[in-house]
Amino acid sequence: MTQKATYPFSHTVGGRTFGFQHLADLMAKATPARSGDRLAGIAAENAEERVVAQMTLADIPLKTFLQQPLVPYENDEVTRLILDEHDAGAFAPISHLTVGDFRNWLLSDLATTETLQQVQKGITPEMAAAVSKIMRNQDLILAAKKCRVTTAFRNTIGLPGHLSTRLQPNHPTDDATGIAASILDGLMYANGDAVIGINPATDNVAQVCRLLNMVADVISHYEIPTQSCVLTHVTNTLEAINQGTPVDLVFQSIAGTQAANASFGIDLALLAEAQSAALSLKRGTVGNNVMYFETGQGSALSANAHHGVDQQTCEARAYAVARKFSPLLVNTVVGFIGPEYLFNGKEIIRAGLEDHFCGKLLGIPMGCDVCYTNHADADQNDMDNLLTLLCVAGCTFVMGIPGSDDIMLNYQTTSFHDALYARRVLGLKPAPEFDAWLKRMDILRDNDQFQLNHEMSPRFRDSLKRLMGPA
Amino acid sequence: MTKDLENPSTAVPVIEDRWATLRQFTDARIGLGRAGVSVPTQHQLAFQLAHAKAQDAVHQPLDVSQLVNRLIARSDFPQAEPICLHSAAPDRSVYLQRPDLGRQLDSDSARLLQDCRNAHSEEWDLALVIVDGLSAFAIEENALPFLDCLMPGLCSGADPWRVAPLCVVQQGRVAIGDAIGELLQARCALVLIGERPGLSSPDSMGLYLTWNPTVGKTDAHRNCISNIRPAGLKYEEASRRALYLLSEARVKKLSGIQLKDRTDGVVIGGSGQAPGE
Repeated sequence: MTQKATYPFSHTVGGRTFGFQHLADLMAKATPARSGDRLAGIAAENAEERVVAQMTLADIPLKTFLQQPLVPYENDEVTRLILDEHDAGAFAPISHLTVGDFRNWLLSDLATTETLQQVQKGITPEMAAAVSKIMRNQDLILAAKKCRVTTAFRNTIGLPGHLSTRLQPNHPTDDATGIAASILDGLMYANGDAVIGINPATDNVAQVCRLLNMVADVISHYEIPTQSCVLTHVTNTLEAINQGTPVDLVFQSIAGTQAANASFGIDLALLAEAQSAALSLKRGTVGNNVMYFETGQGSALSANAHHGVDQQTCEARAYAVARKFSPLLVNTVVGFIGPEYLFNGKEIIRAGLEDHFCGKLLGIPMGCDVCYTNHADADQNDMDNLLTLLCVAGCTFVMGIPGSDDIMLNYQTTSFHDALYARRVLGLKPAPEFDAWLKRMDILRDNDQFQLNHEMSPRFRDSLKRLMGPA
Repeated sequence: MTKDLENPSTAVPVIEDRWATLRQFTDARIGLGRAGVSVPTQHQLAFQLAHAKAQDAVHQPLDVSQLVNRLIARSDFPQAEPICLHSAAPDRSVYLQRPDLGRQLDSDSARLLQDCRNAHSEEWDLALVIVDGLSAFAIEENALPFLDCLMPGLCSGADPWRVAPLCVVQQGRVAIGDAIGELLQARCALVLIGERPGLSSPDSMGLYLTWNPTVGKTDAHRNCISNIRPAGLKYEEASRRALYLLSEARVKKLSGIQLKDRTDGVVIGGSGQAPGE
């Protein structure tokens, strides 16, 4: 708190004037409370300062974010990407708005699915992050629900009224039979239309190729309209492509600053190279979205690459990176990073809704790893809440894992059962091509009621016999 | 099964999965069956119990006095009494939100170590540092039996290790071993720490070795042996690997990514995100 004269941003309430040093300072202090911003030493000092910062932010014209980059243009290729590719024409209909007006506009009947698509390329991550900071959870849900982002590879993801799932069959030693058992379990529970995606325990090219071949065999044998991915470093996937391995999707963790991406061993040029290599394989049947990205609040701070910018704004900037490469899937691994970034269920839920809203507003196919670690103050009930809220908001996809327990990564995420719960209470269907396959394979007996068959699908009964060996 | 469901009076609400037998191939929670499409009560409560144990492991404080008494009772351990230390994180809530404070000693602890160094004239090769980390339970279960395996190997042979008084740290992270090693002027620090509890492994202990420990060393300077517990890496094997790394570190005068574990079996990483963090 100080006099107006010394600070570029200030606000007077009840005779007291609050000042903020710069735009990044204002953004950080306006952010709903979370441990990562406290760890970085940039959070508001108390609840009153936070709300006053939000009031100050509400008065800032959206144009300011084009004029005052939070991370210097000269030092950061993500800033250059955001500003160089900003579409002034798309921005025109909202260019006169302040952040506060922008919230009203997003919630108003003026913001339809069509108009949101028209302005999409005119919105920068910083604008999305700024407006999210003054939105309540219901605002984040309502506005995200109006956005539509559809992508395709072997099926169509993101249609209204649909929810997809990543089947995540991880095993602590990458044991092929163990992974196959989890894949079978997931398919029998109607999961896996977003991707069958494995986090490898051993991260080298030979292992990656072995797993890719294995999942490609499963997908082709059962003619499953889905895609595979092994979540390894982009350079490993490039090497696998060069060796002639069947790669559907290229995975990479990305962040919102050049320095944080450098800590992941990537830059924009490398992602472009990988996208073009995957496109050259022409393995998609109904679309050409070949990238799968993961993000998460706190990644820039943990790499000491946040430039004093709050973690939620850094996260939104990662979506500009994602948007550049037309991904099939992007998900925020919201509770994985630990309580030093998101302390409890309340902070995890808030962050999940923010990330989903910002991603959708910027036009990326946003999913969420609804998850927590055992040292966070969170539990299954918090995950039920976030899963339900996200599915109401039109979340593109969630994870599916046996019994919520990832025995390789040692954290808890949503289960195969959880996805069926969400389908039943909200009437959300899987991708249409996958839905038809579930019927064909006798996995679902009533696709509208999401009823599984009591008896195991005959095609899979034979596979089960083979997996069990001659008894 | 189907027949039962069609007759409400004898219906069994839980539908078993025919592929539940595949559980022999993985610890993943497959083949749980379902009530409607939901997890059956039995498996739901089993999950809750596993999570409860993991959470208790994070939040239950280390019973320092009991651990120290058990350490003193061991004849082959260093003669001097163990030194009880505390990080700069005053409690568990701060500890969880401020990893930086868990890597620093509080001022009383730094003074204790300084006094200890001044009171002894001999040189020390090794600081053994026992840290609660994210699971005091892991330390209470595994630290003593592991040291039982390790100490004979340390104290025997042509060139026995001169071990500093044992240190027991509350609310500590891995890197606090560097601060302790530096103050004790030990040539090497070996940290025993409770790892982040998994749902089925609330009791997992990790080892971190740093040659020439000084404040500011990173994970790239450390070697890690993870998942030490009865159902994971056995004490004998963990001890064998630790002794190998210690003797290699002493020969090469380094640790971390340049020091590879070439004992047979799984290669142990030198760097990366530490499970104890």
